[in-house]
Order: sequence, then C-alpha cells, then structure tokens
Amino acid sequence: MDIQFTPEDIAFQKEVKAFLSENVTDEIRRGYTGGEVDPDIMVKWQKILHKQGWVAPNWPAEIGGTGWTITQKYIFENECAESGAPSVIPFGLKMVAPVIYTFGSDEQKKRFLPDILESNVWWCQGYSEPGAGSDLAALQTKAELDGDHYVVNGQKIWTTYAQDADWIFCLVRTSSEGKRQAGISFLLIDMKTPGVEVRKIDTIDNQHTLNEVFFDNVRVPVENRIGEENKGWTYAKVLLTHERTAIAGVAQSKKGLQKLKEFAAQEKVGAGVLADDPLFTAKIAKVEIDLMALEYTELRAIASVSAGGAPGPESSILKIRGTEIQQAVSELTIEACGHYAHVINDGEAIGNDMSWVASAKYLYGRASTIYGGSNEVQKNIIAKMVLGL
Amino acid sequence: MNFDFSEEQTLLKDSVAKFIQNEYSYEARQKNSQSDAGYSEKNWSTFAELGWLCVPFTEEQGGIGGGPVEMMIMMEEFGKGLVVEPYFSSVVLSGGLLAKAGNESQQAELITGIIDGSKKIAFAYNESQARFDLHNVVTQAEKNAQGYVINGNKSLVLHGASADLLIVSVRTSGESLDNDGITLLLVPVNTEGVSIKATRTLDGQRAAEVQFTNVQVNSDALLGEEGSAASVIDRVANEAMLALCAEAVGSMEKLYKDTVAYTKERKQFGVAISGFQALQHRMVDMFTAHEQCKSLLLRAVLSYSAGDEGAVKNIAALKYQVGISGQAVAHEAVQIHGGMGMTDEMSIGMYLKRINMINTLFGNADYHLQRFTELSL
Repeated sequence: MDIQFTPEDIAFQKEVKAFLSENVTDEIRRGYTGGEVDPDIMVKWQKILHKQGWVAPNWPAEIGGTGWTITQKYIFENECAESGAPSVIPFGLKMVAPVIYTFGSDEQKKRFLPDILESNVWWCQGYSEPGAGSDLAALQTKAELDGDHYVVNGQKIWTTYAQDADWIFCLVRTSSEGKRQAGISFLLIDMKTPGVEVRKIDTIDNQHTLNEVFFDNVRVPVENRIGEENKGWTYAKVLLTHERTAIAGVAQSKKGLQKLKEFAAQEKVGAGVLADDPLFTAKIAKVEIDLMALEYTELRAIASVSAGGAPGPESSILKIRGTEIQQAVSELTIEACGHYAHVINDGEAIGNDMSWVASAKYLYGRASTIYGGSNEVQKNIIAKMVLGL
Repeated sequence: MNFDFSEEQTLLKDSVAKFIQNEYSYEARQKNSQSDAGYSEKNWSTFAELGWLCVPFTEEQGGIGGGPVEMMIMMEEFGKGLVVEPYFSSVVLSGGLLAKAGNESQQAELITGIIDGSKKIAFAYNESQARFDLHNVVTQAEKNAQGYVINGNKSLVLHGASADLLIVSVRTSGESLDNDGITLLLVPVNTEGVSIKATRTLDGQRAAEVQFTNVQVNSDALLGEEGSAASVIDRVANEAMLALCAEAVGSMEKLYKDTVAYTKERKQFGVAISGFQALQHRMVDMFTAHEQCKSLLLRAVLSYSAGDEGAVKNIAALKYQVGISGQAVAHEAVQIHGGMGMTDEMSIGMYLKRINMINTLFGNADYHLQRFTELSL
C-alpha cells in the first residue's frame, strides 16, 4: 500500500501550479460560473491550454494527448479546481473526440480532430429526445438514406450549449428492425445545414444552457457517419464510459466546500459569525466527511485502472455520490447566503460575492442527478452489474 | 499510488479469512459466546499458534512489527465472523499500552505472556461519569511508602472478568477533567480489595464492573510515567478506533452480501424478492455505504501509518461515518430480511448489536462529529 506521490509527481504538481497561477486570471475564472458559460472566454482558456499541450490529457499522446499517468491526471484535475480555472467544455474534447479517434476513418480524424484540439469548433450532444431520456434506446429521430445523403427528421432535447454550437453529434435511427439498439447510427451534423433549428428552453436557473434541436429534412452526407450503419449504440456506450474517473467532480466539490467555509467564517451573525453556529457547521462537517470518503473511493478506482485493472465496483458509485455531494455543497452555499440567495442576478452583484453565483449553481445543479443517466438508473446498473440482482 | 497488499499481508488476510470461514460458523460463535468464559480457549490457543497475537509488536518485543494495515486486515476479517475472543481488549488495548509505555522487564514478562496466550490483560479506563472523555478520571491512587493505594470504580471493562491482570487509569494529581495527573497502574485481579462483577453485553461479548477499595499495589505497578499517561492513552485510543472501525467495515460487508444472497432465495408473490426495485435500491445504498466507509478506513489507516498531521481528523471522520453508516446498513439488513431479521436464528441482529457497541466505544458518531468540526473549521 502506498499513497504517497513520487518525486516526479511532486515536480509535476509544481509545474502545473506555476502554469495555472500565471494563466488563470479573474477573466478566465468568469468563463464558467455554474451553468451558463461565456463562449469567448472559454475558447480563450482552451486555446491557452492547447498552447501548453494540456487541453486533452486523455487523448492518445501521438494525436495531441499528454501521455500523463493517471496520478498526473488526478493532480492536474485537482490543481485546476484549486485555481478556479473553468473545466473545459466536454462535448468536443471529451465526448465526440474519443469516438472519432477510436472509430472514425482516417479522413474523419484529419477533418475533425485538429479543430477540436484547437477549440475552433464548438460541439453539442444530440442524444436525449422527448420520448427517450433514461431509456435512450427508444430514440426516434430518423435518418433515411437518399443517394449519398441521409435525410434526418426528428427532435433532440436537453441539448446543452446548442445555441453556441457549430456541430452536433447525434444518435439517429437508421433501422426499426430487430433489437432497438441495433438500429442506431452515429452522425455528425453541421448546425448550419438548412432544416436545423435551435429553440431555447426556459429553465428554473434563469440561464440559457438547455435547448431543443429540431431536424426538418436535414441532408447529411454519408461521409459524416462514424463507423458502420446501425452500430452507433456501441460507439455511444464507449463515449458514456470514457470519462469514468473524472465524473465525481471531487476536486470541484473540495474547492466549493473550502469557499463555503471561508464565507461562513466571515459572514456576520449576531455578535459572531456563521461558522460559530453549531447546527450549520455540523452540516458542513457531514458533507466534508462524505467528500473525504469519495476522494478515496476515486483514488481506489484510479489506482486499479492505473495498475492495468478494470475499475473495481467502487467506481460505479462515483457518479451517484459525486453528484449528491455537489448538490449538498450548493444547498449549504445558498443557505449560507441567506436572503441574497434569492435575488436575481441581473448582471450586477447585489449583496455578497457568494450569492452572485450561488443560486445559479444550486438551481442548475439539480440537473446533475438527472443527466448522464439519472442516479436511479445508475442504481439499477449497480444492482444488476455489481450486486447481481 | 496503489492500494494493494504486500505478499505477507495477503497471506495474513488469507489465513484469518480461512479460519473464519472454516472454524467460525455463527452456531460455533454463539456456543462459545454462551460458554462460561464467553469465548473459546481453544480458539485463543489457535490465535497464538498462528502468530496472530504477536502481529502488532516489534521484533524486539517478540512480534512481527505489524502496523495499522496489518491490524485492519485482521479486524476486518474478525468483523465478518463476529469474533468473541478478547483480541481487541488484550492485544490492541493492553498490548498497545504495554508496547508504548512499558519498561523492559514489564514488556519482557507481559507482552511475552500476551503473545504466547498465557496472559490476558484488560484495560480499565471507563468511568460512569466520563461518558466518552478518556481524561475524565476520578478513580484515585494515593502514593504511600510501598507504592499506591487505589480507590474508585471502573465500568464496562472489556473482558475484565476473564483477565489475569488489569491496567487501570487512575488519578494521581489534579482535578477530574485535567489532562495531567493521569497514571496507569498494573493490578493483578486477585489483589485484595479488587471486586469484579462480570457483565454480559448485547453483542454477545463480556465486560465487567470493577470496584477498587483500598487496593495496595507496589511501586513497580507503575506503567509509564506517573501523571502523564494521557498522551499514551490517546495514542492507543487512536489505534483502537482504527481497529474497531475495521471490524465494523468487515461486518458491514457481510451484512450487505448476506442480504443480497437472502433476497435471491426468498420468494414472495411467486418471485424472488431480489427483483423488486424498492429493495434493489436499498441494497445499492448498503453497498455504497460500505464502500465509502472502506475508503475512510483506508484514508485513516494509511495517514496514521505515515504519521501525517491529518490522521487525527481522518480518524474522527471515520469513527463518525462508521457509527452512522454501520447502524444504517444493519437496520436495512434487518428490514430486508423481514421477520427473519428479528430472529436469533440468523446472525443479522447480532451484527446490528455489535455495530451499535462499536459506535459507542471510544466515542459515538456525535462525539466524533463534534471533534471533527473542531479540527476542521
């Protein structure tokens, strides 16, 4: 048993810290404040990371990845959160890219990967439909072959950042025969194609993150299909399991909890501060202990992958507990903000600095236990795959 | 970064696990638990022969120099079997005190006796007014020409009635809540004025209420330095909590696995109840609680082994969470077993009672949440 960082790891940590302290400015921190993003700032930040060669740690080293060990990736993730740097937008770099470099043709790799790496192109994800949420295989958006084009008709929903996206990667139905999963294909669609329409969904967090995307006789060249026709489900599953270790958001929750503690230590209540309230501090302590446990659960998963093994059963709880803890931190944060947590952010900070983003984070954060396979679906998966029920 | 056991550690784990599986059925455990001594002398000799009683002691003391990782490995397996032999009381508590505070001749005699199984030593630390504060000591020891005269009461002395010797925390100076002025004395159980009332506990284990009336001991009864035992007691308490939590984590694993197995057998409405989603999600929660406690256990054990500053905070976090989650998992196990969970025929209820005892020993969940808050904010 050994949990100490090697001297190389410590040197790496120093290098990362130095890079971040130089490059993560207040402007960069504003790129993502808990739901909505500022596309210009995000692109600027991702280009800085790309220049450093660190924008895609998980890609194979020969096509733009870093070749880091898993411990190094863990260090990088933690240091980024600590610095307040916004997480990269995942749809291009972390979601569609692995599918393209794993299953795409050489032609497709050359055409799409460089622009993703350089953040020249903004991607969004077309998976969910009104009738296909947790039951994704029920999707009905149709793609019918017409010469060397597919004609796409249907609707996607909950499409995050579609309003800023240049391209969308979609699961579409190319066959209604046999098993539902065996009639799905993976298509890349240019959002500027005639017949694509994006409509904003008004959401409880008063931000613009979610959209509906409609396809009305949208003509998509066959060469935009990844892999084989009707094999899209297989590719999609790879995508879903790709980012397994980062899903818990432990580093971000640690940072959130630290900020909350700092705030509670200076927020005046009566003759003292909020941190003197034993009921409130007990709630913080419980979340902190939960997070300390999850951090080690994540390390155990990382260590077993790092040793060449498959993630153990402990990795399956990362999504559930990670999102529950993210929500708990955001709930305590708005509680700490008191009345100001309820004032609408109209572009001007009212009250304390904390409440500026607390409510947006809290409300948008309700989605975390729903997306990526709702936590109830995750429990079904653990019951079946781990407990054999 | 790796969480793998060394070859020796794996051998130790396999040896204890094999013993529990082959020699420690619940029926056998109950028979031993209900015997006069409350455990099996034969098992105790086996523990000695297999070298388990020497694990935490250094090579000079006659041991193998095992640390918190080795202790965790053994206690986790003991927790699966609900072991009733006085390993925790004799080896972890008393052995820990002797190893840290004993002089050469005390160690030569007493640690050797623990290791070969010939001596059982109990630690009498608890007092009725102290609740969870190990420094709240009113049992008095007055110095005289011969040594010390002890007066007072100790409660819930684990395996106190089957011990040959007691290590007693006494006050030699200061007020009842002072950290300074606490002293450890070795008191043979047959010393005049020592009165021991054996008690049984709900978890099928044994304890004793011990009364000291003008008990005269010689000056060589002193273990460590007079008046400064608090820090030794604290260090042993940390190791004791790690051991107890490892035991509870072992019990939690057994509870969720037994519950999963039971639901696959039990049929209602014509089908195995394992297919019901309402039960599946509860079992996933049990599994998750166990994995999270295991993570906190590894965190605490590894940081304590490495001598990290944060170890004390990690132990408080662990003791809190094991108290809360242990009980939750045990309650769920009883619930999902239905009426069978209420019976003595099944071991489920015994795990619940043992886990509740572990929650109480060395401070319950609230006590450690309070400590954690003080250390964290």
